[in-house]
Amino acid sequence: MTEWKVTGKEFAKIPEKFMPGHRACAGCGPAIALRLVMKAARGPVIATNATGCMEVVSTIYPNTAWDVPWIHTAFETAAANAAGIESALKILRKKGRIKDEHIDVVAFAGDGGTFDIGFQALSGAVERGHDFLYVLYDNEAYMNTGIQRSGGTPHGAWTTTSPAGEVIPGKPQYKKPIADIMVAHEMPYVATASIGYWNDMVKKARKGMEINGPAFLHSFAPCPRGWRSETAQSVEISRLAVETCVFPLWEAECGEYKLSPKSKIIAMKPEKKKPVEVYLKTQRRFRHLFKPKNKHILDEIQNNVDRRWKKLLKACEIE
Amino acid sequence: MKMTKVEQKTIPLNGDEAVAYAVKQCDVDVVAAYPITPQTIIVEKFSEYVANGEVDTEFVCVESEHTAMTCSITAAATGARTFTATASAGLALMHEMLGVASGSRMPIVMSVVNRALSAPLNIHCDHADSMAQRDLGWIQMYAENSQEAYDSIIQAFKIAENLEVQLPIMVGIDGFVLSHTLENVTVLPDETVKKFVGIRQIPHVMNHRGEIVPFKLDPEKPLTLGPVALQDYYFEHKRQQEEAMKKALKVIKQVHNEYAKQSGRSYGNALVEAYRLEDAEIVTVCIGSTAGTIKTVVDDLREKGIKAGLLRLRTFRPVPVEDIISNLSGKKAVAVMDRSSSFGGNGGPIFIEIRHALYDVSDSPKVVNYIYGLGGRDTRPIMIESIYKDLQNIAKTGQIENKIQFVGLRE
Amino acid sequence: MSPQKKNWKEIPIAGVCWVPSTDYKTGDWRSYKPIWNIEKCIRCMNCHIFCPEGAVTYNEEQNVMVYDYDFCKGCGICANECPAKAIEMVMEGKE
Repeated sequence: MTEWKVTGKEFAKIPEKFMPGHRACAGCGPAIALRLVMKAARGPVIATNATGCMEVVSTIYPNTAWDVPWIHTAFETAAANAAGIESALKILRKKGRIKDEHIDVVAFAGDGGTFDIGFQALSGAVERGHDFLYVLYDNEAYMNTGIQRSGGTPHGAWTTTSPAGEVIPGKPQYKKPIADIMVAHEMPYVATASIGYWNDMVKKARKGMEINGPAFLHSFAPCPRGWRSETAQSVEISRLAVETCVFPLWEAECGEYKLSPKSKIIAMKPEKKKPVEVYLKTQRRFRHLFKPKNKHILDEIQNNVDRRWKKLLKACEIE
Repeated sequence: MKMTKVEQKTIPLNGDEAVAYAVKQCDVDVVAAYPITPQTIIVEKFSEYVANGEVDTEFVCVESEHTAMTCSITAAATGARTFTATASAGLALMHEMLGVASGSRMPIVMSVVNRALSAPLNIHCDHADSMAQRDLGWIQMYAENSQEAYDSIIQAFKIAENLEVQLPIMVGIDGFVLSHTLENVTVLPDETVKKFVGIRQIPHVMNHRGEIVPFKLDPEKPLTLGPVALQDYYFEHKRQQEEAMKKALKVIKQVHNEYAKQSGRSYGNALVEAYRLEDAEIVTVCIGSTAGTIKTVVDDLREKGIKAGLLRLRTFRPVPVEDIISNLSGKKAVAVMDRSSSFGGNGGPIFIEIRHALYDVSDSPKVVNYIYGLGGRDTRPIMIESIYKDLQNIAKTGQIENKIQFVGLRE
Repeated sequence: MSPQKKNWKEIPIAGVCWVPSTDYKTGDWRSYKPIWNIEKCIRCMNCHIFCPEGAVTYNEEQNVMVYDYDFCKGCGICANECPAKAIEMVMEGKE
């Protein structure tokens, strides 16, 4: 498989399949992720969504932002939706009831629909080996229902169900390492991506569609509303997450980890790795952590990032 | 009904096998299913057909019933003919997706092997599982025996896929009583069934580009399915489902009659089956396999000169109100048999429908309710006889002592 | 903005959408407006790529970026991501 190369100008010529007029908030990270992935499609594509922000904002009846065939069924069903579509396409093509051409199937779900309620369907679909790309747009909480914590919410973050209280200052638990869990399925392709590095992201999305069998793309997508961040900074924050190694970029084919260019630079030149505080300060969901009495949480977060980064380097066989 | 010229063969099949056999003949594209007692034989048998290349079907052996129903929905949305099967807890787990299936107008056929719901855990027959799903927009039919299970599954595809209907159907067969009991089942030749069900027809709708396109996920003619519809449109969609149910009443009959011409087999008028009802004074109403037991009791009573009869509902959703009225008005006393309880309700689900249908009838009979057979409790002829005895008393005195009773229970 | 409401007999079955999102203009959500400077612009396409709305397109023939104010919600990502500082966010009505 040759890697897809695309310049900004070439990319700009690709028609929008996720159309304007959707009702995402200003500065929505997930909306950027969806646009980028849909523009990365190589040919005919069917899309499906879990219930969540992106489903709600894009299909308020009678309007739709999708200029491709698209279906939503429920919250926990993105992977199962894709499984049903892919199975039908396979047999209908075999029977000659549809055109004999490959159709990519792309499933979108947020962190709630992936880390939590939809995990069983995802794990099952991957185990069965359906040919589809699963795109997790991770904005680190249940934003659609009003910023409640999910298994994807990071340690220390304020949400409406992990409030920054006097006794419990934000979410006590750490974020579930969902992409690593998917790698543990020994599936054909897993990658992390950030909207801050669009070219890396669209290449990975294309690759995920091209690969036979299930592919999982964990895309980091800030939510200004829920993160209490500036709408203009969504892309910048996505880059900071990579530069601090809070969200490193890598891919894994059949369980073999490989760092992506931006994170590889940091691996080669550790002095380029920024402290997590630089990232945390951009979001008021972490504001309480900067009180003197919560200093230990900042240390815990930095330690955890360092530990996980080291683990990743080891998995990538970089010493 | 005239006997058909088609060469049929009779083979021993249990209820589950009869269902699987019918599905094998219906040129189904996708089967997504998860095993659960007493439905297991259906998926096992079908897996064998797939493994031996006897069917051209994509079999998706999913990780849960929730996914079984979800895959069925999206496979159907892609244009595939789809089938699944479940029971009890599996049906309960599907609950959320059942409403999505009907609301999305997906013509899925599902066999429900009726089994009690937990707790306590119980694997045997009652109708609590499917009755709990009765308001979700699925057509519901119940078979009396394995032969009818076979015939109904074939008819179900044609009813569900009818362009005016486009609704999912569940066909209930009683767990163990039918699912695991061998019966001689007469089956049609493969080609006859294939021709009867035909290739799935797909209606046309208008998409967001203002084009009239086939109602399926097709990259050349995109459409959006499963949007958010709020206060301004949700209600209109629900009204459409009511209309489809109304149309289903007619289509169920049409398909049944068409099938009867091929097979020589018919079940009443497709919606209800009246057994020795014409001059009957006391009548029981039931669904499913218990009708077989009741029929023998009715025959015995008739020999004694007692004017007993039976009305079996073959279709429970949509409720055949007209047929209930025409068959039961003028009778003296009616006992409705419910194999499930609507706890705290004013009687079981079938009772509520029957009594309600008869409310406006001037010569409405006295109607009482018997809850029976929960968790597979055996329903013996002696119990049915006692019910008819009660009905005789009610007919004579005009008095109802207990409107809702439990039969076959240690009091 | 939205077409007249249809009754239950007129709408497609199963909630199939019959209006594109582009019939719904989100531009009136905006309080700050991006103003593009043709001279400063280096045509890197960042404003097109990172726009959550797809409201910025590139007209190749005229070699200009086109801002569709019918949809721009004024988030300011384009200005923030512009390496040439060619986009200025100006309060609505004061441009």
